[in-house]
Amino acid sequence: MLNIIFPIFILISFAFGISTGRVEDLNNSIFDSTNQAITLSFELLGTMCLWSGIMNIVSKTSLISKLIKLLSPILNFLFPDLKENKKIKKEISMNIVANILGLGNAATPLGLKAMKSMQEENRNKDILSDSMMMFIVINTASIQLIPTTVIAIRNSLGSNNPCSIIFPTWVATIIAAIVGVFITKFVIKLTKGVK
Amino acid sequence: MQVINFFSNLAMPMVIFFIVLYGVTEKVKVFDNFLEGAKEGIKTTFSILPTLIGLFLAIGVLRSSGVLDFIIKLSSPILEIFNFPSELMPLAILRPISGSASIAVATDIMKQAGVDSLIGNIASTIMGSTETTLYTIAIYTSCIKIKKTRFILLAALTADITGIIVSNLIWNFL
Repeated sequence: MLNIIFPIFILISFAFGISTGRVEDLNNSIFDSTNQAITLSFELLGTMCLWSGIMNIVSKTSLISKLIKLLSPILNFLFPDLKENKKIKKEISMNIVANILGLGNAATPLGLKAMKSMQEENRNKDILSDSMMMFIVINTASIQLIPTTVIAIRNSLGSNNPCSIIFPTWVATIIAAIVGVFITKFVIKLTKGVK
Repeated sequence: MQVINFFSNLAMPMVIFFIVLYGVTEKVKVFDNFLEGAKEGIKTTFSILPTLIGLFLAIGVLRSSGVLDFIIKLSSPILEIFNFPSELMPLAILRPISGSASIAVATDIMKQAGVDSLIGNIASTIMGSTETTLYTIAIYTSCIKIKKTRFILLAALTADITGIIVSNLIWNFL
């Protein structure tokens, strides 16, 4: 995707900028961009390391298995087809818990594993099953306890209160997730039997 | 507003406190495991540095050439109907496509508008409450070679748009 976006941005911007006589601005922004990326990376570093460290402690405790148990009734509602399939349900809940805790690096491999297990149960291997659709939508909903990256960016830009966005973010995420779940249930019904 | 700030500010300290306490009661080597995770954090952060340089360049020249202002101006009459600040339009478009591109554009917006301004707050909330939807769908469907995706894009993008609209509404009502 970036192989398309990056050249488009560069080519259009340079053509537009040079033809409207903004060569000096362009030069400045070229140097600024590299500095900005380096500065941001360094300022992100502290917050990112702190949270990776804290969340690594979680992964060694029984907290994860407790959260998985807590999720069970929600999972039965979201994935009615998998009610009896304990193995897939466990993989799905591990992925969701990893997402909630912001363990992005762990969440994706777990998610791919869950997708593969669901594909084994899938009757038509070319089409997404109902459970797969719900699973993907939940993964795109970004349910996260502490939105660490944004907080780190806000901190690096000198915000008076980097954390002030946490509660509004929870509300936005939860509403978006609920809407996503119901739209998906609707789409599943609508496309049932389509080949 | 005060209640919301209270919960927002309490979230981080509570999470850290609870996790450390939990680790100690289960006799986990808290600090060793903290270090192990923190080392991972270094890798993650620096692994996105090259991407960030490229994308900060792309967004930077897009702004300094005047293209970004031009797009914002073009889209503002439509967005005004929905009471949505047109400065946030580039973020709304790039967010589902690329995580690093949205970091670059969100940082740019927050810097221009002020990180604690209304627009800065909305941009932050959009970043926190949405995902790189297209990328997620792509890796999850391609790993098992699915050919038909049954309008999943529609469902997932509706969720994203909801997140963006709610982020905007929340800060306008606070």
